[in-house]
Amino acid sequence: MKYVDEFRDADLARGLAAAIAREADPARRYHFMEFCGGHTHAISRYGVTDLLPPNVRMIHGPGCPVCVLPIGRIDLAIGLALERGVILCSYGDTMRVPASEGRSLLRAKAEGGDVRMVYSATDALRIARSNPGREVVFLAIGFETTTPPTALVLREALAAGVSNFSVLCNHVLTPAAIVNILESPEVRSLGTVPLDGFVGPAHVSTVIGTEPYEFFAEEYRKPVVIAGFEPLDVMQAILMLVRQVNDGRAEVENQFSRVVDRDGNVKAQALVAEVFELRREFEWRGLGTVPYSALKIREQYAAHDAERKFGLVYQPVPDNKACECGAILRGVKRPVDCKLFGGACTPETPMGSCMVSSEGACAAHYSYGRFRDRQPVATSEAVRA
Amino acid sequence: MSAAVRREYHRPLDLKRGRVELAHGAGGRASAQLVEELFLAAFDNEWLRPLNDAASLPLPAGRLVMATDSHVVSPLFFPGGDIGSLSVHGTVNDVAMAGGTPLYLTAGFILEEGFPLADLKRIVLSMAAAAKAAGVPVVTGDTKVVEQGKGDGVYINTTGIGVVPAGISLDGAAAREGDAIFVSGTIGDHGVAIMSKRENLEFETEILSDSAPLHRLVAALLAACPRIRVLRDPTRGGLATTLNEIARASGVGMQLEESAIPVAPAVAAACEFLGLDPLYVANEGKLVAIVPAADADAVFAALRGHPQGRDAALIGRVTRDPDHFVQMKTALGGQRVVDWLTGDQLPRIC
Repeated sequence: MKYVDEFRDADLARGLAAAIAREADPARRYHFMEFCGGHTHAISRYGVTDLLPPNVRMIHGPGCPVCVLPIGRIDLAIGLALERGVILCSYGDTMRVPASEGRSLLRAKAEGGDVRMVYSATDALRIARSNPGREVVFLAIGFETTTPPTALVLREALAAGVSNFSVLCNHVLTPAAIVNILESPEVRSLGTVPLDGFVGPAHVSTVIGTEPYEFFAEEYRKPVVIAGFEPLDVMQAILMLVRQVNDGRAEVENQFSRVVDRDGNVKAQALVAEVFELRREFEWRGLGTVPYSALKIREQYAAHDAERKFGLVYQPVPDNKACECGAILRGVKRPVDCKLFGGACTPETPMGSCMVSSEGACAAHYSYGRFRDRQPVATSEAVRA
Repeated sequence: MSAAVRREYHRPLDLKRGRVELAHGAGGRASAQLVEELFLAAFDNEWLRPLNDAASLPLPAGRLVMATDSHVVSPLFFPGGDIGSLSVHGTVNDVAMAGGTPLYLTAGFILEEGFPLADLKRIVLSMAAAAKAAGVPVVTGDTKVVEQGKGDGVYINTTGIGVVPAGISLDGAAAREGDAIFVSGTIGDHGVAIMSKRENLEFETEILSDSAPLHRLVAALLAACPRIRVLRDPTRGGLATTLNEIARASGVGMQLEESAIPVAPAVAAACEFLGLDPLYVANEGKLVAIVPAADADAVFAALRGHPQGRDAALIGRVTRDPDHFVQMKTALGGQRVVDWLTGDQLPRIC
């Protein structure tokens, strides 16, 4: 497959692996966080870890939209479907996210809720148009990549007066989450999560550009390399991070220059700004309440904001006590450190959000890497101090 | 219309503009007319023709195998096939995977009130053509009609009976360490063909469903190597799920080589943009064969020598593994687990 196979080539991978092994200082340990679930998935699916020397460890970050969606937000959506009789539309990934009382959107559908999986926000608007007698709510989730399409349908719904269409907005912001991790006590003061650099987001960066990361590099002295989602992209980014650490540099570098530039997609940014504004705070599963980390729908579009339209009141719901998703999302623990992992919590019966999406750290490890748990491997040293 | 159809009805079924009515399943004249003018006309054979409650069949000596399969595919018509031909191939293949030569099929239809008779005719003719091509007659059947909104056009159940030649013993629990694992051709074609016609997802592709009867390929393989241990058709859940089923049943592990697994470029491309893994996408005309290492060359030659095995490949080996992991060396050079399908990658595939 042209333009894809080139980024998965085994010979090139061997070359990059050799370069990383050659340049990584044996006296040093390198801890890099790949922020995005897309990177987590690529690393697991292609077995990138096997090509890295033992002193280069990847920490899976919180950049999986499904994983950071808190229980209370899913509860709101389930309530709309079951108690308010709306047609609730959502991306397939959210269907199995565990909510309160063992529920999920899939379970709500089985209980009689009209829950529909859509492939795009536009599909949800189309459903609203063809069901004028029903309220249709689109459960919008995701980082900066999926926000512009939601903005577009909101603008279209307002312009065309599709009064039965609204959006339950859960769009969140990448930079706020990275700051949260960098500011967390484990990273900042306790040093329990050594973090030497970030593999920066691929698709998110096509929208926001590389400029927003310059702050982290400068303020926190952490190198950031924006990378594509192909395995060779990730490996090249790791090599670039190793070089920055070795040189004592903390810069924003762009491995994904075939798509990403410094400014990003200015048109999409303007569209998002027109429709959304910052929330004062938003709860993230795993990270807790993070200030100015999410978007809400502007007053002008209030008629299409499900939270206003249905008078929804958010109730935070704590995760299962034994669930370590929070610590795993922050890089404090690894999936195998969780008592539930692989026993009570599997991709078939997810307890925590990291097990739901294939981009989640736990699901990726369970589905692709759990054979490693039965033999001592170089990356298995305890993360806890 | 076949000569066998009795001519009591002055007004024939309107197969151009008519629709399925509740009366067509009520057991009265309308039911009889539908059976005679459509089903019997299409499937006509000496066992079905008497239209008794049960078909009376001669059976050859030997071990019998029997399989049943219900088909709920959406959409009903897809590139490379339809629910009619699929319902024949699905059951013929289940019988074939047990080493059986398929002899007879049954057909149970659940029709939704209002379904166009023209579409039903198209499905029934396709089913009849598939049965004829496979050399397996439909010997008895049943039709029920449900109210509008309580079905999805047509559901078809087929059951098949076959006879297994002496000396053949195929069993999902028979894989042993060191065995060779073959797949008979490119994977994921059926699932991608279906998906390309799904509502809200339509995309242009040249990919056709691989829906096909595999019993002749199986006969050729068993003739070349009667010691084949396991045959399976990787339908729902794809190649990955089938291999996991075998690994668990046999108490073994597997080691695959990603670069050896045949995937058509158009399927790979479609999976790429849909975010799917071809290992989990359904097939309806491919088989997995697990054979003793000593017979690997003979099986490979037999596969490649058959038109349905032209793209066959040796994709891995059976390993000793207490955890029954199916593992794979990735094309990149890493190692991963190839796990069971989780959830439903795509419902209503067959």
